[in-house]
Amino acid sequence: MGSGRLYLAVAAGGFRRYATYRAATAAGVFTNTVFGVILVYTYLALWDEKPHLGGYDQAQAVTYVWLGQCLYATLAIQGGGAEKDLMERIRTGEIAVDLYRPADLQLWWLAGDMGRALFQMLGRGVIPFAFGAIFFPMALPTAPSAWAACLVALLLAMVVSFAIRYLAALSVFWLMDGMGVNQALMITGIFFSGMVLPLNAFPGVFGDIVLVLPWAAQIQMPADVLMGETDPLGAFAFQAAWAVVLLAAGRLLQSAATRRVVVQGG
Amino acid sequence: MGERHALAEGLRAYGLIAGMWVRSSMTYRTSFVVTVFGNLVVTALDFVAILLMFSQVDSLGGWSLPEVAFLYGLSATAFGIADLVLGSMDVLGGRIRDGSFDTLLVRPAPVLAQVGADHFALRRLGRITQGAVVLGYALVSVDVDWSAPKVLLVPVMVVSGAAIFSALFVAGAAFQIFAQDAAEVQNAFTYGGTTLLQYPPTVFGKDLVRGVTFMLPLAFVNWVSAAYVLGRPYPIGLPSWAAFMSPLVAAACCALAGLAWRAGLRSYRSTGS
Repeated sequence: MGSGRLYLAVAAGGFRRYATYRAATAAGVFTNTVFGVILVYTYLALWDEKPHLGGYDQAQAVTYVWLGQCLYATLAIQGGGAEKDLMERIRTGEIAVDLYRPADLQLWWLAGDMGRALFQMLGRGVIPFAFGAIFFPMALPTAPSAWAACLVALLLAMVVSFAIRYLAALSVFWLMDGMGVNQALMITGIFFSGMVLPLNAFPGVFGDIVLVLPWAAQIQMPADVLMGETDPLGAFAFQAAWAVVLLAAGRLLQSAATRRVVVQGG
Repeated sequence: MGERHALAEGLRAYGLIAGMWVRSSMTYRTSFVVTVFGNLVVTALDFVAILLMFSQVDSLGGWSLPEVAFLYGLSATAFGIADLVLGSMDVLGGRIRDGSFDTLLVRPAPVLAQVGADHFALRRLGRITQGAVVLGYALVSVDVDWSAPKVLLVPVMVVSGAAIFSALFVAGAAFQIFAQDAAEVQNAFTYGGTTLLQYPPTVFGKDLVRGVTFMLPLAFVNWVSAAYVLGRPYPIGLPSWAAFMSPLVAAACCALAGLAWRAGLRSYRSTGS
């Protein structure tokens, strides 16, 4: 049947919804570019002091910065994607309407968030990345296969990112208010995704731990795949494994929530 | 006389509105405590980044950890104060879009005071606390031959820095009247500015340093005076008296921001819905 088409339509809706706000998108492009410039200089100073930190040379560190700026909104690293709306719908009780729909709740929200992510990447991410490539030395591959592999890694990163935020959003069924959860999402997202520093540059055992957490699937993996620092198939397997585990956990939590929790509202 | 009266009235209105928001946030005490803590942790991530860097190297751009912490503490504390006082101004774009800005215009209180106190959030004390702790660490660990002018410069930097960042917030609010949806642009200057100033000026390109010294004088929040206190040459040669100019620069920024705000307010057209 046309269930595939249904989710495609939901994804297209998510894409169009964010595409509506052109001025906000332009503002985001500007902000990401400014932050990219600041970060690039600090990373260059760091790599100047310690060349080959984390196995990256300077050009690779610069590439990592601009990929991070490209993915900041795309992967909703500090939150603000589908989970924000979902939390609000759970809080107000409107979630009851979603549960009535002849569609799978998790897939519905995943599709919408994928649409959002694709728009954020194209509308908001590409320009800062291109800016970086023009004005700073970057380690970009010439082989189309590396770019294709990076694209696959990005799609998987989007799914993992959604799966983490979906779990957080479902907690509102019990907590009623998403403020604390959002803060936790923001802190873990910024830190463990490697927004503050590439995960491979983290010191010692701590560095080994952060590299196996699900957040490593978000920026570190696509960056390493793009720059040929890791075997693409291994990276895909890592990302897919986390995607499956987290989505399955989301399904479990979802069924527990819909069975045991009384929906809010009149 | 009239000006002074207006200022007192503005402060009174600000106090009343801010007090209302504080009371409303105190209704959910646990939530308040949790968000203060969360705010502290979120802002501390910037410093964790610096600590992580220094776990790998001994200096950044030639500056040691206590010296960078000194810059960080000054930038974060000054920004934290401005953020507490005027940081909710980014909701202005929303108010202009949904038309509720009109309500503020007809109330018998200065609009700037109303906008500044709108959604006043005491949880932002988290950022100030975190910045002050790092500044405290820097003051005890940094290797400086303290003289009277150097000691005096520390509070002067915090206050002038807060005033410079406040001027940025007000100018940003004026910009939102024109730009509405583009509210995020001001983040590049406010949050971007405080992040920039957390690192030594030697890290950045000379043109960038020139730009934030002479065009958008963010450097007077901490870079210029801190370079003097630490006895380090400022990357683009400035006379030593420049270290004491930050209060004047701050006053000029506030005056310009005030003019921008008035111009913005005069050109405001309601959404009409």
